[in-house]
This record gives sequence, structure tokens and C-alpha cells, in this order.
Amino acid sequence: MARASIWRRSTMLPERLVYMANQIGKFFTHQGEEKAVAAISEHLALFWDPRMRSAIFAHLDAGGEGLDPLVRRAVERLKETAARH
Amino acid sequence: MPLVQEIDFGTPPSKAEKMVSLTIDGFAVSVPEGTSIMRAAMEAGVQVPKLCATDSVDAFGSCRLCLVEIQGRAGTPASCTTPVAPGLVVSTQTDRLKQLRRGVMELYISDHPLDCLTCAANGDCELQDMAGAVGLREVRYGYAGDNHLTAVKDESNPYFTFDPAKCIVCSRCVRACEEVQGTFALTIDGRGFASKVSAGMAEPFLESECVSCGACVQACPTATLIEKSVIESGQPEHSVVTTCAYCGVGCSFKAEMRGDELIRMVPYKDGKANHGHSCVKGRFAWGYATHRDRILKPMIREKITDPWREVSWEEAIGRAASEFRRIQETYGRSAIGGITSSRCTNEETFLVQKLVRAAFGNNNVDTCARVCHSPTGYGLKTTFGTSAGTQDFDSVDHTDVIMVVGANPTDGHPVFASRMKKRLREGAKLIVLDPRRIDLVRTPHVEATYHLPLRPGTNVAVLTAMAHVIVTEGLVDERFVRERCELDEFRDWAGFVAEERNSPEAVEKTSGVSAELIRAAARLYATGGNAAIYYGLGVTEHSQGTTAVMAIANLAMATGNIGRPGVGVNPLRGQNNVQGSCDMGSFPHEFSGYRHISDDATRALFESLWGVTLDGEPGLRIPNMLDAAVTGSFKGLYIQGEDIAQSDPDTHHVTAGLEAMECVVIQDLFLNETANFAHVFLPGSTFLEKDGTFTNAERRINLVRKVMAPRQGMADWEITIALSEALGFPMRYRHPSEIMDEIARSTPTFAGVSYEKLAAEGSVQWPCNDKAPTGTPVMHINGFVRGRGKFVITEYVPTDERTGPRFPLLLTTGRILSQYNVGAQTRRTENVVWHEEDRLEIHPHDAEQRGVRDGDWVSLASRAGATSLRAFITDRVAPGVVYTTFHHPMTQANVVTTEYSDWATNCPEYKVTAVQVMPSNGPTEWQEHYRELSEKTRRIAAPAEAAE
Repeated sequence: MARASIWRRSTMLPERLVYMANQIGKFFTHQGEEKAVAAISEHLALFWDPRMRSAIFAHLDAGGEGLDPLVRRAVERLKETAARH
Repeated sequence: MPLVQEIDFGTPPSKAEKMVSLTIDGFAVSVPEGTSIMRAAMEAGVQVPKLCATDSVDAFGSCRLCLVEIQGRAGTPASCTTPVAPGLVVSTQTDRLKQLRRGVMELYISDHPLDCLTCAANGDCELQDMAGAVGLREVRYGYAGDNHLTAVKDESNPYFTFDPAKCIVCSRCVRACEEVQGTFALTIDGRGFASKVSAGMAEPFLESECVSCGACVQACPTATLIEKSVIESGQPEHSVVTTCAYCGVGCSFKAEMRGDELIRMVPYKDGKANHGHSCVKGRFAWGYATHRDRILKPMIREKITDPWREVSWEEAIGRAASEFRRIQETYGRSAIGGITSSRCTNEETFLVQKLVRAAFGNNNVDTCARVCHSPTGYGLKTTFGTSAGTQDFDSVDHTDVIMVVGANPTDGHPVFASRMKKRLREGAKLIVLDPRRIDLVRTPHVEATYHLPLRPGTNVAVLTAMAHVIVTEGLVDERFVRERCELDEFRDWAGFVAEERNSPEAVEKTSGVSAELIRAAARLYATGGNAAIYYGLGVTEHSQGTTAVMAIANLAMATGNIGRPGVGVNPLRGQNNVQGSCDMGSFPHEFSGYRHISDDATRALFESLWGVTLDGEPGLRIPNMLDAAVTGSFKGLYIQGEDIAQSDPDTHHVTAGLEAMECVVIQDLFLNETANFAHVFLPGSTFLEKDGTFTNAERRINLVRKVMAPRQGMADWEITIALSEALGFPMRYRHPSEIMDEIARSTPTFAGVSYEKLAAEGSVQWPCNDKAPTGTPVMHINGFVRGRGKFVITEYVPTDERTGPRFPLLLTTGRILSQYNVGAQTRRTENVVWHEEDRLEIHPHDAEQRGVRDGDWVSLASRAGATSLRAFITDRVAPGVVYTTFHHPMTQANVVTTEYSDWATNCPEYKVTAVQVMPSNGPTEWQEHYRELSEKTRRIAAPAEAAE
């Protein structure tokens, strides 16, 4: 298998991070917007390695293509929190 | 150190509470009502001669040796089948009884070979013992009459022989097969003098339904059924009680030794997980410990294309440490990590995570539970407050409805499956949710009331539909919910599941299970009495694995099936120490006892204990490590006892990650598949060669005891300590018990655990602390660990892995009885006679469409990769579904599985892969390439070559 296709699947790369974040988002969506944003944000903080969070922050800065609306808000919130600390 | 001798009371204990008093040989005895006179006598220290009785099976009353006289009663009743009664006056030894017993024994011996001195059972033969006990001095009948002395020996089974010439037809083997194992493979064929033990339809053992659990061998009072290892090496002379290193049941065994040679493993009757039973793996498949493939010397190499070079421990450890430090200096502190193993002890996994957190200075530690039961941890912690099953195994004896979801206990957890089958034969009902018709669905004297053959990937839809039935039909245990659970969340959940889109009718098409069947199963689960759910990787290894665990927890709470014997939520853990490796802080986000690394107080505790500053940010999970390796930020990995190149999904991706690293250190018994990509090899030790503890699926902490010295010189915990020392972080332990002491000091649920207590109690189930000094068999009795139970909404989100024109079938993977995980151990035993290769199960309809015949080579392709293996045509799988195992590296089933994983934990979605199956001519080009690679990367330089 070509190396390029493996790289496409890497969780360190934006499209995989976006996919994983959206997957998390789908679980929490039913909680209502505010609770869901908080829960998604908390999940990313508790379980994602800093380099994964940095990578999705960078993706957000680059436009955040593909992030579901609630997930996008959650990432924004997490980024703001990280900036404060 | 002598042999550990267990008392055989002749018949099983009575569970009655009412006591009965009687007199036996002048001694006053008081025993529970229902106890046999034979057992009552033994409890009083009087051994009544016996042959057909043993306390693992019900009394049979056939040998007529255990006769007694009872004052006021006529005749000489068999003490095994005669229950005690108040005021009985029993004599076990009178002239009349002596004469009768001698007569009976004389008849037995008249048809038994007199080769005692050369018999393999010499020294361990009950027939011989009883001949002595009854004072047999002559056999008046001679040996010229009809007899069975020339009957042909069956040596087909790789582990034991069956010699009918020595059989006394006591039926102990037949009854053990029925009552203990529940396979019903043996019978007594013929009548009268022609009666003989027969495997299946008078077949050789190997060709019969026999599953080689060893129960018959253990029950046999003569040399008729005996281990080949005893025949070859003689009787053992000492034994040590230890814990099996296969599967999450955690069976206790007596390792019976002669010198430092292991003669046999005999299941220990006092083992609280197995109560004297075993399976083919634990009982017999331990030969890998001395297999010629064992690597006994440390090795290093510059590049993975170089041959290995044997070096001293100092050089190998030094190389690993210097490389790890070089990588950290070059790429940063977070560029290395470690993987702990569920095959290793608690103490060893604790040390590896300590090494990573304290010596590596990051939290890049993960464990193989990532790819099996990580969703259990997340799901049960969220709903109940603790990341573990709720019951002990004995709980099943009180269960009225057993619901098995995505598990195959007869193959994966065979000893517990036997307990389940026993309870089912007693009348409990069975519900099975599984795409395959697993053996439990229909097996001798057991038949599932409902089998829901759901489409792979639809667990959440079906479990939520069951909840719909329970809520909308008024089957909720409202009192339990009101008293024990969060009410607002319950109401939200009840409203959600009651929606029409979650009804059985609505999910019928998605799941492939009829609405009627879902409704019936839900009603039985909710109303059938004590209901217990047992689940396995068929639940967790999905993109919604965690959601499915929560859906199971919801069902249990809604019906009040939590907090007492007979009910509960029970994850059947795959490997021997999955529970323990999770408990010990192997995950990148939490310390031992499931405390998050961001918790300042917990971090401060460990900082104080270890004398270092600890990182409060979560580290990388295994798939993230591999991803980071591919993208360049992760360069070094220490792997203790795992073979991620074979066991983890999407093999191409795993190997790409490993290839991208600059230093991979493998600590293992063998040059496994991952070692193909390694730079340092540290030879590991087997469970026979070290002390420690394993924690089984019921949270039971069992002692692992060293029965022989490590063949390569060091136990695994000592190797981790040496590595840590070389990294400048010395760890000072003289014995694993001191590691457990540290675990107890730092982990509230283990606060009361010590080796002394484990030795005294036999084992304990955590939580074990001041509140529960001897452990906790059943959890959440008066309240959930988190306070009130939390219902969680379980929206069904279909997996993105979809079938289509290119890949129209769904592949699901699993395991088989005779093999274990990646097969590294079991493939190096005689167990290969049952499973020498992975086969692809395919439905006759799908096979016919493709022109595939049974045994044909087929290609199995997904968008991730392709492999080839031979087909096995069976209607055990539904049309549209194919199944295979992942035990053999040359098949590499995980070449085909994909990168999709659970939303919460990244547990891979092994159970759902869209594939195509087509006829092929043999192994694929990739398999051939891999074979060449494996041979090349496993080369070990000859000493002279290495010296150059």
C-alpha cells in the first residue's frame, strides 16, 4: 500500500482529527447545544494528547473545514481555555 | 515442598443451611441437610473406600465399594448416594463390609492389568490405593476368563491417552464431561460386561466432540485417562499453586513439578474462579515455555534489515536507554512511549507505566486493552462509577436469565462457559445477541430461548430497541430507578428510547432482527427473574463500542438488575490480565485506580512517592503513537509482551508506524511480528518463571507463583527496573510483593491488598480496603460507586464502514477455543492440531455465488488491504457475513481490518469490515512478501559473524 494513503489516515493529520472530533460530537449532540459543546470540549481536553489538540487548533485557524458546528464551537472553546492557561 | 494434596470428599457439598446431626463410627457429626454419608464421614476424618465417587460430580452409586451399615436399616447402602438423616448411627467398617468390599475389589482386579510397577499412574492410582484400603490379598478368579486386557489404546489426543484395558467403567469421566464441562462427548457404550467408555460415536478422542478440557483425565481413578507428560516423565513430586496465563477467567492451577520440570498443570479445586475446572489451553498448552523458539539472550541491531546480534543484558539495556535519551534530546520529551501488556502481571504493568511517567517524563503509555475493552472502562465508569464488571463468577448460580451479547464464552472463556451451561441445564433461560450462531445457542441440553442474529454494527440499535420495549410496556423497575438512579437523566433517557424511531419495528430493517424477536427478548430479560448480561468484544470493538456498553448498563439499571447475586453487567475480558492492566494505570490519561492524570491531588501523591514532577497532560494512545510516528513526532517505543503488528488493526498502518521509529524495544518470549521492526530485543519470562498477580474479569486478584527460575535470567519486572536504572530513575524493589505494597499505598481500591492477604484468602476481589477487608464479590449493592446510576442516551450512529458493490460482505473477527490471541503461545503447542490455520467462515449462499467450495483458497479484500486463506462453508454465519480468526501471522487478518474506531476510546472496529471474497490460487503477493520479510528480519548472527 502506498505511503500516501497511510498518511491520509493518520490521526495527526487534520482530516482524521476532524473525523474523530465529529465522531465524539455525534455522541454528545443530543444533550443540547450548550451541554454538548462543554462535553465535547472536556472530552478533547481529557483524552487527546497536546499535539493532537495543537493540530486541530491549527486546523481551526486555517478555517476549520469539515468540523461540525457544535464540534467547531467546542474546539474554539478549548482553544480559548488553553490560551488562558 | 510437597505436592499440594486436596481432600476428595466424594460427593459435592450441600448448599442447605439446616444442619443434621448423626454418628459415624462413634463420632458425632453435624453437616448440612442433603450431605451424603460419605461426605459427612470424610468431614469427620473417616475415609470410606470409594471408586466411582469424587466430589466434582454427583453421586452415582455404581462401584459398591463405599457400602456402610446403618443401625436399624436393612442392607448395606452406598454411602455416596445415601443422604444423612438426624440421629443415624453409621458404621463404615465391619466384618461384613470388609468382606463385601474385598469381593468387589477382587472382581475389579480380575479384569485389570497387574502392571503396577510400570504403570504411569503408579503412585497416583486410586484403584491401587483402594486395593490396599480394603486389604485385597488374592484374586481367586484368575485371569483366563473374558477380559478387556487387550483393548486398544487411543493415543490420538496430543495431551492424554485413553487405555480401555485399564478402565473400571466407573463413569467418572463420562459424568465429568457432562456435569463439569457440559460437552457430553463421552458415554458408556454397550451393556453389562461389554460396557465401555466411548468418545462420541466410538471415535478416537481427537475426532470426537471432546474439547480436551481435561476434566475426564482429572476424574479418572486409574491410568485409563492420563497425561502423556506423566507417561513420559513420571509422577510429579512437588507442586505450587499459581494462576493460568490464558484468558480473563483466571483459573487457579497446581503446577506439578519434578525438579524444575513442569509435569502437568492440574486445576485447583480451591481456585475461586474455576473451582477445579480447566480448558485445553490452561490445562495442557504450556509447552511454549520451553519451546525452541524462545529467545533467551538479549539482542540488538542498528537497522531492522540487519541480523540480530546477541549481547549481554548490560549492553542491550544500555542501548535501549541511550537510544531513548538520544531521541528525547533530538525530538523532545514526548517522542517516546511504552505499551504494557495484559499478559503480564499487575506489578509489571504498574512498573512500565511508572517508567513512562517518571523516567520518560510523559504519559505516552497505553495497553492492549485499548484494542479490546477500553470502551468497558469508559462506559461503566460513566454509568456506574467504576471501570469493571459488577459480579463474581459464582453469581451465575443465582441467575434466571443469561443474556450473552457479542461474546463466545465456550471458545473465549471456556471454564466460565461450563458454569453458564450448568446453570442453563438447571433451567435458566438464555438470550444470545450475536451475528453468528455461537455454540451456546444450541449445545447438548442447552438451547437459547432467543438468538438475535443481528447485523454487525447494530448493537446499539438493538439494545436501545430492547430498552424501548421495557419502557413502553411498563417493565421498568421503578422503585430501583427511583431509589438508585439520577431521575432527570432517567426521564430524558426514557423519553428518548420511547421514541418510535427506537422501536423494534423501526430497527428491524437496520439490524436484520425481527421486531417480534427483539420484543420477546426484552420481555424475558425484564421479567424472567434475576437477569445478568455477559458481553465481550462483539460489543466493544465497534465505532460505537462505548455507546453499546452504556446501552447495556441502561438496561440493567432500568430493570433493577444490579447490586445482588445473579444479576449485573459482566464484561468477559479477553486476556488474563486485561482488568489488571487497566487497573494499574496503563492508560495515557489515568493513574492506577482510574484517576485522571489532571487531578492535582493524585498527581501530588505519586510525585511524592516517586520523587519526580509528573506531566498532567494526557499522552498518546497506541493508534495515536503510530500516527505520530508516521508524521514524525514519535520515535521510540518500549513494548512489553504485546505484538501490535499482528493484533492491532490495519496492519499496513501499524507497520508503517513501527518502521518510522528509530528505536523499538521489544520484551517478549519470542521474536514476534512486531520484533520484525525492532532494534532491541529483551527476552521475557513466562508466567511460570516469576511472582506476581493477575486480576481476572471478576476483579479477582490471584497470585502468580514462580515455579522455576527464569530461563533467560531475569523476570520481566526486573528487566523494567534495569531499564529504569539505566535511564537514571532507579526503582528499588526486592520482590514483586513490594511493588504491590506500593500499589496498595497509592491506590484506594487496592488499599487492603498484600501478598500475605492473598496467600491467606486465596484471592480477593477489589475494592479491597478498610470498608471491604476481604474484597467485594458483588458491587453496587447499596448504591453505585458514583452515587446514583447515570442513564445515558444511546443514539444509534451507523458505522461509516459500509458495504457496497466493491465490498458487499461484512467481515467480523474473533477467536477459537484452542488458540489464544495472536497465537504466540498456543501456536507453539500441540493445540495446532485443532486449528493449524485461520479459516474464513462463509455462508453456503455466499460461497455458491462466488463459486467457492469448502477448503478452497479465497482472497479476502477490504479497502485497507487483502489476504488469502481457505474457506470453511457453514451456516453458522448469516448470509452477507463472513468470519475469521487472527491467530496466525501468515494470514494476518488485520491486514484487512480498518482504521475506524470507537468514538470515545479509539478501540478499533474489528467487528465490522466491508470485504469482498473471491476464489484465489493461494497466498497473496503481500503474504509472500511478508513471509520473506519475516525470515529476513528474524536472522540471528552467528557468534563469529557478530564479533566481526
